[in-house]
Amino acid sequence: MPELPAAVRGFGVTFGTIFKKVVTEQYPEDSSKYPPKPRFHGRHQLNRWADGLEKCIGCELCAWACPADAIFVQGADNSDEERYSPGERYGRVYQINYTRCIFCGLCIEACPTRALTMTNEFELADNNRADLIYEKQDLLGPMLPGMLAPPHDMVPGTTDSDYYANKITGSVPQQSTPQQSTPQQGGVA
Amino acid sequence: MTIVNHNEKIDTVNVVIDGIEMEVPKGTLVIRAAEQIGIEIPRFCDHPLLTPVAACRACLIEIDGVPKPQPACAQVLSEGMNVRTQRSSEMARIAQEGVMEFLLVNHPLDCPVCDKGGECPLQNQAMTVGRPDSRFEGEKRTFPKPINVNAEILLDRERCVSCARCTRFAEEIAGDASLELLERGAQQQVGTANDEPFDSYFSGNVVQICPVGALTSASYRFRSRPFDLVSVPTTCEHCASGCSLRTDYRRGTVTRRLAWDDPEVNEDWSCDKGRFAFAYLANGRIESPLIRENGELRSASWPEAMHFAAAGLAAAGTSAVLVGGRATVEDAYAYSKFARIVLGTDNLDFRARASSTEEAEFLAAHVAGRKLDVTYTDIETASQVLLIGFEPEDESPILFLRLRKGVKRGVSVHTVGPLYSLGSEKLSAHWVKAKAGSEAHAISGLDSEIVGALDSNSIIFVGERAAASPGALSAVSRLGSQTGARIAWVPRRAGERGALDAGAIAGLLPGGRPISDPTARSEVAQAWNIDADSLPNVGLTGTELVTAIKQGSTSALVIAGVDPSDLPNGDELIAGIENADFVVALENHHSEITQRASVVFPVAVVTEKSGSFMNWEGRSKPFSAAFREALTLTDAGVLSMLASAMNVQLNGDTRALRKELNSLVPWSGPRTDVNNHEVHAPAGTTLATWRLLIDSGVMQEGEPHLAATARPSVVAVSAAMFEQLGKPEVITVTGPKGSITLPTQVAEVSNESVWLPMNSPESHIYAQLGCGYGQAVTVKGGAA
Ligand code: SF4
Ligand code: SF4
Ligand code: SF4
Ligand code: SF4
Ligand code: FES
Repeated sequence: MPELPAAVRGFGVTFGTIFKKVVTEQYPEDSSKYPPKPRFHGRHQLNRWADGLEKCIGCELCAWACPADAIFVQGADNSDEERYSPGERYGRVYQINYTRCIFCGLCIEACPTRALTMTNEFELADNNRADLIYEKQDLLGPMLPGMLAPPHDMVPGTTDSDYYANKITGSVPQQSTPQQSTPQQGGVA
Repeated sequence: MTIVNHNEKIDTVNVVIDGIEMEVPKGTLVIRAAEQIGIEIPRFCDHPLLTPVAACRACLIEIDGVPKPQPACAQVLSEGMNVRTQRSSEMARIAQEGVMEFLLVNHPLDCPVCDKGGECPLQNQAMTVGRPDSRFEGEKRTFPKPINVNAEILLDRERCVSCARCTRFAEEIAGDASLELLERGAQQQVGTANDEPFDSYFSGNVVQICPVGALTSASYRFRSRPFDLVSVPTTCEHCASGCSLRTDYRRGTVTRRLAWDDPEVNEDWSCDKGRFAFAYLANGRIESPLIRENGELRSASWPEAMHFAAAGLAAAGTSAVLVGGRATVEDAYAYSKFARIVLGTDNLDFRARASSTEEAEFLAAHVAGRKLDVTYTDIETASQVLLIGFEPEDESPILFLRLRKGVKRGVSVHTVGPLYSLGSEKLSAHWVKAKAGSEAHAISGLDSEIVGALDSNSIIFVGERAAASPGALSAVSRLGSQTGARIAWVPRRAGERGALDAGAIAGLLPGGRPISDPTARSEVAQAWNIDADSLPNVGLTGTELVTAIKQGSTSALVIAGVDPSDLPNGDELIAGIENADFVVALENHHSEITQRASVVFPVAVVTEKSGSFMNWEGRSKPFSAAFREALTLTDAGVLSMLASAMNVQLNGDTRALRKELNSLVPWSGPRTDVNNHEVHAPAGTTLATWRLLIDSGVMQEGEPHLAATARPSVVAVSAAMFEQLGKPEVITVTGPKGSITLPTQVAEVSNESVWLPMNSPESHIYAQLGCGYGQAVTVKGGAA
């Protein structure tokens, strides 16, 4: 039997596929059915210690690691009156520019305090550039139970080393310092 | 880093380093020779300008025939030596690795919160010569961190590698030996005796030379990382030393300044004022032109303000120009031209301070147009140095450092003045005691031994304060011609020397040309493309000019960078400005003058423009703008626009101005000598005063840490006067206007003088006392 022309043979694939199981995912209608994989690189989050102090120390290593130059950090000095993180230094300004970020995750590998991690959130589209520069308050993790919004002291009797050794389990009442400002907006998690 | 005289025949030795044969001058250190052939030996304590101590042992190398590794930074090469570094010797490599491992045993490795991170020799060398991982499992020794060694400098003892660079700098270079290595073993740490602050005008240098992040500055703390910064070379605008500095900025804001290596001038150093006083560049700037309407200043567009100013100047009577001492050479030159060509006046002065006719004569005779007659390097080999009316540590700190270097090589220093200061002590100077205001007597009465030793290899340094001591400058001039000693004038402000050469003073055209000399006039007229006859005749300077403004005989004024409180007759100037027909101010910050001006033009600060400063040597120190995109105009740019609004063409381009000024080569024609001025020191107690390096100067505003390192405001009196006043805790000094009461300090002061800082917190001499250096005051124990 002579072979069918290639053009017709091609339709055989099409025809056969009609009877196969559908793999197309409906987005956004069915998005809840198809969550991203757990290790998907989505929007960043700046984490907190269990008592609410920020983990970020403003070291700029993430900015240094970033191949797309998407991160801007400016550190500042913690003081006894105004403390945002354990230790000497905290990130006063923290911005990620999502028009530049390529979600490579090098920044979170560079972070020495595990302050920076990535969430699974990927719906970041917007209609202007300015809103795609996320500020510190957009990136900070939410206030979980037991947390107290900084600035406030470290847990009495502890040092920054205790924080890094993960010995802090939550805030204690003595930590609410009079300088406490209104809680910072937690990011969406 | 140090200057080598290539003309001298030098002895050399032949050596081999890593198999490379080389011939080096006798006495060369292994580490220096290796650098020359591109072999980098790790190091911490080594610094080319400090004596070798071999404290850190990072630089160990192998020498054939020597059983143990040797420190390359202290090992002098000798004939036939065969040196092998880590590149070709396993012994050296293992030794360096071992040292690095030991250095890291107690090191906190907190790079993420360390200001040195990213530019740290320890980070870099741990990566290049260190082991990949640590075998240390014990507990690291810790210290509370950071602690202040002074208000500006912070110390993190955990990070220190005990290299002794800071302590050697303090002792050898600055002469403020209070920084020391204390304790021993793991507890060894840098500190000061009794935890007193490290009191030094040069403390910022220790931050720059510390090879780790143990010493950091409060002002730069946590502000950025090296990869954020754009670095540009610049020239310091704070004094006439003319330091090369490096400005680092991030996103349009200066974050820090560092000393840049200029072996001929500041070597590797700078003073703390040059390093830390830059907040003024950004704070409180005037943003748009302002014009006075119905008695109130309002902002205006540039064209509107230009027309307003042009019309105002054209309508007003005789005019004058006061430039201040902060202008770049090019800007000062533009003022000099603007006054002569556009305003047709020679009423012009750059000396916004106590000045005199005698000084103007002295500058014309000995300074203007004379470049590099005396240089920094000359100081090191001078036979004798005489300081007259000049306090180098406060008024030209880098000159002070060079003097110290000279003194260590055997130069003897004599200081003529009313106070034997801390700085004199550090120079081991010989004190020629003089009552403030009667320096002239002291100079004429100098020991014949000193005078006899003065020769053409001696240098007489005269400060700007000599102008306030009648007869002193003519005495200096006589002493110079009598002995052949060279004379160098050291003003305090960065712009004064350049303004002098640019002709921004009545009587002198650019290059030191007397305006009364027909040849000089025609040379300048030709360069300026004008008729020599249209150049004005000699005008007024200094005090006389201010008096003329006050009396209204000069009724239009162009004024820039002048703070009336710097003038002995500042009140007259303010009164004059209030009554003047028209006042044009060019300023970057609001001042007493701008509040009263008819029109105010904002002008660029050093980071926004290019230009050059001429230091006291007469050396041109050009710099370019850090922020090239800045839209602010230079003074010359504003003057050029203003000139064209008045229908005169005046090029305002910095490069063109420099070129034109350089084409006016220094005057070689006759100069008039200084007249013999009468010496009239007032009877009774006189006031001795000068500005401390760190004081209430407007360009030091906005840097509280720096301000906190200032020396305290005190009244210094001699032990005899202290006794006589009844040993009071505070002393009140009273002048015509009022009095100042400050804590007593007994010091080596002339019995007929009393010393106070000129412009420090609670001691503003002109405003509070109403008199100046060398004038009579009354002194009383206790409060007023
Ligand atoms: S994920 Fe990659 S590109 Fe995005 S900020 Fe981090 S390092 Fe930069
Ligand atoms: S997120 Fe991490 S790496 Fe980035 S500045 Fe903060 S602590 Fe440093
Ligand atoms: S503080 Fe710095 S410069 Fe001073 S000894 Fe320690 S490491 Fe060296
Ligand atoms: S010595 Fe003078 S020129 Fe040098 S940094 Fe200090 S103020 Fe600037
Ligand atoms: S650099 Fe040679 S011992 Fe420190």
